[in-house]
Amino acid sequence: MGAKRINKSRRRFLKKSVVAGGTILATSGLKPFSVLIFAAKEPEDTLNPWYGIGIDIEKCIGCGMCAKSCKLENDVPQEPFYFRSWVEQYTIKNDGTIKVESPNGGIDGFSQSVPDNEIFKTFFVPKMCNQCAKSPCTQVCPVGATYESPEGIALVDEEYCIGCRYCIQACPYGCRYLHPEKKTVDKCTLCYHRITKGLKPACMETCPTGARIYGDLNDKDGELSLFLKKHNCQILKPHLNTGSKLYYNELSAEVR
Amino acid sequence: MPPQLKTLLPFFAALILFFLIIRHFLIPESFGELGHYRANSIEEIGDLPIHYAGKSVCIDCHDIEAEQQRNDSHASLSCEICHGPGAKHANDYEVKLIKSGTRKDCGRCHNLHSARKIEAVVQVNIQEHHTERENCIDCHNPHAVWELKE
Repeated sequence: MGAKRINKSRRRFLKKSVVAGGTILATSGLKPFSVLIFAAKEPEDTLNPWYGIGIDIEKCIGCGMCAKSCKLENDVPQEPFYFRSWVEQYTIKNDGTIKVESPNGGIDGFSQSVPDNEIFKTFFVPKMCNQCAKSPCTQVCPVGATYESPEGIALVDEEYCIGCRYCIQACPYGCRYLHPEKKTVDKCTLCYHRITKGLKPACMETCPTGARIYGDLNDKDGELSLFLKKHNCQILKPHLNTGSKLYYNELSAEVR
Repeated sequence: MPPQLKTLLPFFAALILFFLIIRHFLIPESFGELGHYRANSIEEIGDLPIHYAGKSVCIDCHDIEAEQQRNDSHASLSCEICHGPGAKHANDYEVKLIKSGTRKDCGRCHNLHSARKIEAVVQVNIQEHHTERENCIDCHNPHAVWELKE
C-alpha cells in the first residue's frame, strides 16, 4: 500500500514538472515576454539612429560649461543644485586616498583644493545620463511615464509622471532628480529638442575642447563609431548590466 | 448552470462593461502606440524651445568677429561659450548678450589647475598674472587672443 502511494505522488510530481517546464519554455518563446526583461527592444531596423555618447576624459579641462549650459538650455533651476549634467574632479593623493569633489556640480568651474605636492594624479569626469539600453529607471516606472524612445534615449513624460521618485532610486548613476517646481522627475534628454532639429546637445555645443560627442551607434562609420574604434573605451558600472551607451575614453578604475 | 450563477451573470457583465468604459477614458491618446508610454510625448519633448542658437547663426551677422576668431587659437570655440545662450538675441536684437572677459570668466578654462592638461589649454595663474589690470580683456582681444592691446 505504501509503495502504491509513493508511485502515485511520483507520477503527480513528474506530471507537474513537465507542465511547469513546458509553460516556461513556451512563454520564453513568446516575443512580448522579452519586453518584461528589457525596457526597450534592441533596434531591429538598423537604418534608424540608435544614439550613444562618447566622452574623452583626456580632453576635459573642467571648465564646467557643459553643466552650466545644460541648466540654461533645459530650464533647470540654477539653485538648488540639481543637475542633468555635471562634472566631478577625482584626486588620488600620494597616501592612496581618493577625494571626489564637485563644487556646485562644476557650474562655476573648479579651483584647486589639494596642493600639488600631495597629488598622485587628478582628472575631471563629466557625468550625465548613460542612456542605458536596459534602463533600470524605465523598468520601475509604475505608470509608464518614463520610457526609451525608438532612438534609444530615455525620456520622461512630464504630463504623466506622478512624482513617486521610484526611478530616482533605481538609477545607479544618480542621473535623475525631482524638479522642485514641476514636482515631476527630470533628466538628461540628450537635448532631444535640439538633436531633432539638427543641432548638437547644449553641453556638446559649448564644450571648448570637443571632449564630448554623440552619435548613431548603428552607423559604423559615424563619428561615435570612429571614437570607439580609435580609443579604448569603458562604461560606468558594467557589472550592473544596464546596457549603458555612455562611453568614456581613459576612464580610471577609481571612478564610480 | 445553477440559478445563483444566472442571477449573478448580468451583474458581472455590467461590472466588466463599467470597467472597460472607465478604462477607455483614463488611457490617454496615443498610449501604447510604440510601447508602454504616451507616443505623443516624444513630439512634445522634441518641440521644446532651444536657447543655444549655434555658431552658424552668430556668424551670419557678426562677420568681423568671426573672421578674427577663425584665424586664432580660439577658432574651434562656439561663440555661446563666452556670450551665453543666444537664440533670443538672434530673434530680437534688443535682447543683449553678456560680454565676459573677467579674470573669473577666462579663469574657468585658463586658471592654473593640476587636473588640466597643459597641452589642451594655455594656463596662467590668474591671481598673479598682470595684477595691475583688472580684467583679461583689458589686454587680450578674446576673438584674437594674441593681438595684445597696448
